[in-house]
Amino acid sequence: MAVTLDDVRHIAALARLGLSEDRAASLVAELNTILEHMDVLSKIDTTGIEPVAGIGAAGLPLRPDVGPPIPLARERDAFAPSMRDGFFLVPRLSTHEDPEATS
Amino acid sequence: MTSATVARWAATYEMVVGLEVHVQLKTATKIFCRCSTDFGASPNSNTCPVCLALPGSLPVLNEHAVDLAISAALALGCHVQPTSIFARKNYFYPDLPKGYQISQFDKPLATDGCLQIGTRSDGSPINIRITRVHMEEDAGKSIHDRFPGVTAVDLNRAGVPLIEIVSEPDMRGSDEAEAYLRSLKQILEYIAVSDVSMEKGSLRVDANISARPVGATKLGTKTEVKNMNSFSGVVRALEVEFARQCAVLDAGGRIDQQTMLWDANTDEVRPARSKEGSHDYRYFPDPDLPPLIIPIERIDRLEASLPELPAARRARFREAHPNLTPYDIDVLTAGPGIGTYFEHVARQSNDAKTAANWVMGDVLAALKTTDQTIEHFSVRPADLAELLNLVRDGVVSHTAAKQIFGIMVKTGDRPSEIAEREHLLKVTDDSALVAWIDEVFAELPSEAQRFVGGERRLQGVLVGQVMKKSKGSADPKRVNQLLAERIGT
Amino acid sequence: MTASAGSLNELSAAELRDRVAKGDVNPRRAVDAAFDRADAVGARKDGLNILLYEDRGDAHRQAAGIATQRDSGESGPLAGVPVIVKDNIATTTLPTSCGSRILEGYVSPFDATAVRCLREAGAVIIAKSNMDEFAMGSSTENSAFGPAKNPLAPTRVPGGSSGGSAAAVASGIVRIALGSETGGSVRQPAAFCGVVGVKPTYGRVSRYGLVAFASSLDQIGVFGRSVDDAALGLHTIAGLDPLDSTSAAEPVARYRDAARGSLTGVVIGRPREYFPDDLDPRIREKCDASLDALKSLGAEIRDVSLPHTDLAIQVYYIVAPAEASSNLARFDGVRYGLRMDGNGLRGMYEATRSTGFGPEVTRRILLGTYVLSAGYYDAYYRKAQQVRALIARDFADVFRSGVHLLFTPTTPTAAFELGAKSDPYEMYLSDIFTCTANLAGVPAISLPIGRVDGLPVGGQFIASHFDERQMFAAAYALERRLGAGAHQ
Repeated sequence: MAVTLDDVRHIAALARLGLSEDRAASLVAELNTILEHMDVLSKIDTTGIEPVAGIGAAGLPLRPDVGPPIPLARERDAFAPSMRDGFFLVPRLSTHEDPEATS
Repeated sequence: MTSATVARWAATYEMVVGLEVHVQLKTATKIFCRCSTDFGASPNSNTCPVCLALPGSLPVLNEHAVDLAISAALALGCHVQPTSIFARKNYFYPDLPKGYQISQFDKPLATDGCLQIGTRSDGSPINIRITRVHMEEDAGKSIHDRFPGVTAVDLNRAGVPLIEIVSEPDMRGSDEAEAYLRSLKQILEYIAVSDVSMEKGSLRVDANISARPVGATKLGTKTEVKNMNSFSGVVRALEVEFARQCAVLDAGGRIDQQTMLWDANTDEVRPARSKEGSHDYRYFPDPDLPPLIIPIERIDRLEASLPELPAARRARFREAHPNLTPYDIDVLTAGPGIGTYFEHVARQSNDAKTAANWVMGDVLAALKTTDQTIEHFSVRPADLAELLNLVRDGVVSHTAAKQIFGIMVKTGDRPSEIAEREHLLKVTDDSALVAWIDEVFAELPSEAQRFVGGERRLQGVLVGQVMKKSKGSADPKRVNQLLAERIGT
Repeated sequence: MTASAGSLNELSAAELRDRVAKGDVNPRRAVDAAFDRADAVGARKDGLNILLYEDRGDAHRQAAGIATQRDSGESGPLAGVPVIVKDNIATTTLPTSCGSRILEGYVSPFDATAVRCLREAGAVIIAKSNMDEFAMGSSTENSAFGPAKNPLAPTRVPGGSSGGSAAAVASGIVRIALGSETGGSVRQPAAFCGVVGVKPTYGRVSRYGLVAFASSLDQIGVFGRSVDDAALGLHTIAGLDPLDSTSAAEPVARYRDAARGSLTGVVIGRPREYFPDDLDPRIREKCDASLDALKSLGAEIRDVSLPHTDLAIQVYYIVAPAEASSNLARFDGVRYGLRMDGNGLRGMYEATRSTGFGPEVTRRILLGTYVLSAGYYDAYYRKAQQVRALIARDFADVFRSGVHLLFTPTTPTAAFELGAKSDPYEMYLSDIFTCTANLAGVPAISLPIGRVDGLPVGGQFIASHFDERQMFAAAYALERRLGAGAHQ
């Protein structure tokens, strides 16, 4: 299956990668080369084979519904890029613009 | 728009509805970490490396969340899968710290349930099939209007356990949707897995709605409607969207599959501002969480410890108390506490009908005015039963009993103590009764004269005055007899 | 009795901790010996660039604490032993940047469980080592902070992604270092640098605090100057962790007890797929010499086959990037790490991630997103996970047939020149002999078995799940038998 420039743009958007047009263009070739090597898998007969799932016959371990919470050795604002009144701040979503904003 | 607008289309088009309901489970800690789920903490104070999605953090599943989810699934008649798988739902949003939500996709916790929401006119049950119940984590909160130009993110809610209950598109009309939600809420309250409050956000509803010509069997294109904050909001939103779809179809147009947002302020639905292109969530099994294997013993144990569910309780009450009306039974089973209370009173007073009347009337009214819950009501059921017995045995009059009840609500004291203390024990002694009657006659000479002269309809007034004078302790039956004897004298 | 700084570096970890416990060596001196050695070999940015962050003052504080404990009669299994930790393992006292700009300066508010185990054992964590960005690479050339160089041949790569840790052990700075494995990132650099590298069974060591690359493959691994160092290191960090749902409850064997084992009756498989016709004949020769040595120690050598081996790279390069694309979504500039301004929220995400991630990471996120995307999931990710089951079954079948261990070359080549592999897929092929063990979740150990053109060559043992002890037994025995020949 060949990947197109549109595919790369679309995938980059899904992954919020912000590719320049040049980079996107070169990635088309890179991805296609890599994916070509993967084609061999499609020829393998995997009927009835379950995809690999987690380890252990007992499955997912459960923990009791109690604290205390995992402690933090330093406050959140020590590593947060932008905080105010305890909230993490991010640029406002474009779907929730102030009426006078333009973008 | 009003229901009349919906009715305009009723002859031509049928409303088809499926509901996806998210319910917050009442656990002490979050689903994948040990942070508290307490409401109202200062922003981001209930967070840890896991729910902050710090590099290197990992999820560990809360067993109580699993038990509550299984209980909910069982109460909804679902088949609980012995093995289910957590999957990652990948998308970017500021209150989704990992950039994915841990949910369940291909192999959910439970499938194939059913909820009876009523009966048709022919007596046949209206059953809504439940496709699946699965577990997932809640996201945090994004607050867009607290600070100018930015969105404020609070992750206290991120990681609170949710179950998602998905129905088949079996509902026909907004009234069935409402009935479904009421039944669902009632069941979940009965098994105490959640506060199920739309107002508090512990119950959220997304609706899928389509319209099709009456008589058609193929489903029309559906839209998803979000942002309803109450059951009545759901009903309205469905009606408005239905009318919109019918108008489009009737004009020969096609319905675009899209997400609509309900605006309660303007009574409108409008398309959600498109978030660039389709949602490709790229679901895959979460490699941090091996499959959840639930031994049959655990399912059986949870099934056995389910409390009596509303439908079963209603049926049992119908059987055990044939003199209760369907309305009585509905009121008495509205919540789990009220039925338990009623039964206690009924058993100890041996008079289900009277108990029912008192519970539906006086008790519910008192709960409302004193802002109490039935579970913590100041009047213990045994004490109310005692009061009813006092009335039945003629120790206090019915009127006195009402007074005594009022005092019981305030003080929690026992009725016999109150009756003695307040001199409300029924007075049957003729001399006392005659004395009161004489006093009333003296105070209302005109009425007395007319009554004695034959105006029998004044008897009630006079009895009432005697009761008042005696503070309810007079035996109204004997008072009536004594009064009747004075006619024509 | 005092020992000179130079010879402190030469003591095995066990010998050093014994001397610390006895009071013969002050832990502070061992710390200083490590830093002095780092100076001497040019371990920083202007030289080999194998250490990214270090804190001598903090190391001295830790050492002082160890000394105090020792004075009151307590001494842990790694008391006073300086160790180095790969930059993708969370430490509260040094940054954890995963070799990436997007986490530059980030100091974790919690320690990884493995780090906590080291601290509780008395080890002194002295530095974080350089690595390929987010563990994606086989040469440490993908580090945002410059490539690391092979101490034995500084124009060549030390391997990757745990190149810094391998080089730190190879250059004598420390005897034990932590790395991480997803497709061979401990064993391959161990082979390139002439040291021992262990990948435990999946689930043997907690992943809590290991910044996730591919969750179903990742494991923290251990570098040791000798097999004994690696055994001691692994024993210290192995065990069930309630903070990691994929952590295993299997009891931890005493790996160092395997030092005295005999190989009589041990059946060692030589899988033909790892000795392809085009394998460098000199590497083949070293491997076969090792197999002869093992035979002379009483082992039976058997030809076996792992028929799906040649699909491993394809499976790996679908599964790992897919999981990585999801694991790296959290790096969005919201709660920690780099934040770059852009046009609104979407612009912030894109500016942050395009600035913060290097080209290999970007490539793998794209690849991973693609193979998970609608319409491609079944053909790529699901298919790869099915073929992965076949690869795992190959190992299970062989181990069930009476074979206790497998022995193979660790890598198809010795360390290559910096800049030599510009084609990504060519770089991926360095993992060809190692990634199978990650896919199957089985443990493996690489140890030096000789030199080719003066460059180290590694041979690896692969064991069945949780049979690390068997693997160590063979490694101890081979190391002893090869002696100095392992470095010739």
